[in-house]
Amino acid sequence: MAAKKTERLLNLVICLLATRRYLTVQQIREAVPGYDADNEEAFRRMFERDKEELRELGVPLETGSNSHWDDEVGYRIARRDYQLPELVLEPDEAAALGLAARLWQSAPLAGATGSALLKLRAAGIETPAGATGLEPRIGASEPAFEDVLAAVTQGRRLRFRYRTAGRPADEDRHVEPWGVVSWRGRWYLVAYDLVREAPRVFRLSRILGDARAEGPEGAVTVPEGVDLRAMVAREAAEMQPQQTARVRVRSGSCWELRRSATSTTPDRDGWDLVELGFSDTGRFADRIAGYGADAVVLEPAEARQAVIDRLTALATA
Amino acid sequence: MSGTLDQLPRLLALVPYLLQRPGVPFATAAADFGVTEDRLRKDLNLLWLCGLPGHYPGDLIEIEFEGDTITLSDAQGVDRPLRLTVDEALALVVALRTLAETPGLAEPEPVLRALAKVEAAAGSAAEPAERVDIALVDDAAALPVVREALQRGRALHLRYWTAGRDDLTERTVDPLRLVTMDGQAYLEAWCRRAEGVRMFHLGRVQEATVLEEPAAPPADAESRDLSQGLFQPGDLDTAVTLALEPGAAWVADYYPCDSVEDLGDGRQVVTLRTQGTAWVRRLALSLGSRGRVLAPADLADQVRADAQRALAAYTAG
Repeated sequence: MAAKKTERLLNLVICLLATRRYLTVQQIREAVPGYDADNEEAFRRMFERDKEELRELGVPLETGSNSHWDDEVGYRIARRDYQLPELVLEPDEAAALGLAARLWQSAPLAGATGSALLKLRAAGIETPAGATGLEPRIGASEPAFEDVLAAVTQGRRLRFRYRTAGRPADEDRHVEPWGVVSWRGRWYLVAYDLVREAPRVFRLSRILGDARAEGPEGAVTVPEGVDLRAMVAREAAEMQPQQTARVRVRSGSCWELRRSATSTTPDRDGWDLVELGFSDTGRFADRIAGYGADAVVLEPAEARQAVIDRLTALATA
Repeated sequence: MSGTLDQLPRLLALVPYLLQRPGVPFATAAADFGVTEDRLRKDLNLLWLCGLPGHYPGDLIEIEFEGDTITLSDAQGVDRPLRLTVDEALALVVALRTLAETPGLAEPEPVLRALAKVEAAAGSAAEPAERVDIALVDDAAALPVVREALQRGRALHLRYWTAGRDDLTERTVDPLRLVTMDGQAYLEAWCRRAEGVRMFHLGRVQEATVLEEPAAPPADAESRDLSQGLFQPGDLDTAVTLALEPGAAWVADYYPCDSVEDLGDGRQVVTLRTQGTAWVRRLALSLGSRGRVLAPADLADQVRADAQRALAAYTAG
């Protein structure tokens, strides 16, 4: 059965590509084998489904009529809209595309990458797999990824339940999605929050259950000049350092702190003194406490006390 | 499996593909389309039943078989592949853009040329790609050196910071491949010191030098399967259970957990598996009162002892 249907759809595509005039449904019924059912009602239903499937595959079905006097709608496929335009890649460009195509290999867009390369191959472009030992990959294991991406590309509004960090209860969100950003290994949605009436950044892994698109396609307009990545970076990353701490670190340890230190000087036996910039005292204390007895904050006093509080909570647990 | 939504796009690509390659062997075409030869034969049997309305011999798609080769001589108008869909254009355009923006992964110039050509061919389907932005690698300083070693087949000398033990080590490694995952770049290499395949986080490479000696990993040095992510718990790993307060909810996002149990009010109990527990001790220290090790009991004891030692360093002045 599936083969019959594929045959009918392929014949339909060939037929509508070949015609310059719009063909009415009855003309299509006569021209394309597989439609000659006696039942008008069944034919109409079948043709509606076929149109839907072709559109899903990206076949641009055009509707119109051949003259002002003709009020019956007809169909055709404009070759210009149907076919992939001429595309020729130099060998180094094809190699670059081959490398780039590895990006999505463990993500939901792996299928789209494969079918895109197939179309290019059909146009005569080979993208060498190349064994260069380079594997740029991006993960997208967040369950909401596909729903959110679809809403973004279609410009539709979204509703979802969201868990905000540090807040006890989940919340319903209703947003106009502007874009998605992968930042430091995590996916974020940048959107205009319709309830809060302000732009917001959401972490995809905190979206609970389904994200539901609603309303018509193209309803969302992204304002000019929006810098998606900068919005996510502001939200996700620590702000520019505003304070400086002096921290005593044990020799031969705390390599990560030493790397970000603005200065390092030898201290008393077996210790060095480093200066570190930070903005948020709490986060800074988290970071230092992780080094246990290998790092001791000398000042500012507030940061020193914050580390002592963390350690005390654990020491007496 | 061979539903219309798979088969029809394949056929629409197969026709121009064959038209471009008269006399292509069956095996080659099947491999290029990722199908079995049997499946390909079924596709071809369907193709030559299709054609222009009328379906007289001259109206049909014409295919000749000679030995193991295929020649398609009349495409009946399906002589170019279908345009890229929005998802396909997005997959390629975003991947190329990401590659162009990640210094050290590829020569940017051919990537940018390929990007311009693919964008032009995709037309308006490429527009939604504007709304997807990927920061692939956070700290890429060592990337060009590592890529050079891979491409020239040379061994590498590394000064490398081992985060779990907070230790700076010198090693000579035989590179196998460069992988990006979760926002970081990793070198997978045979480590001569550890006599095993290891993943090196490029952000922790303090210094990398390409050696003149060739890379010579043992024949049985195998790359890991990364399809399930970077961290793959083994049977020998320790299961660690943590109780997290709302302020530590990020832990469940950040580390791959075996289980996450919601206790309500934003509190969670998570279980994760790890080979070494040194990093869990550091994590627990940095969480302070927001996280508590529930199991194993000796790990909880170690964290308490770590905290007591660290406090002693503070009271000692």
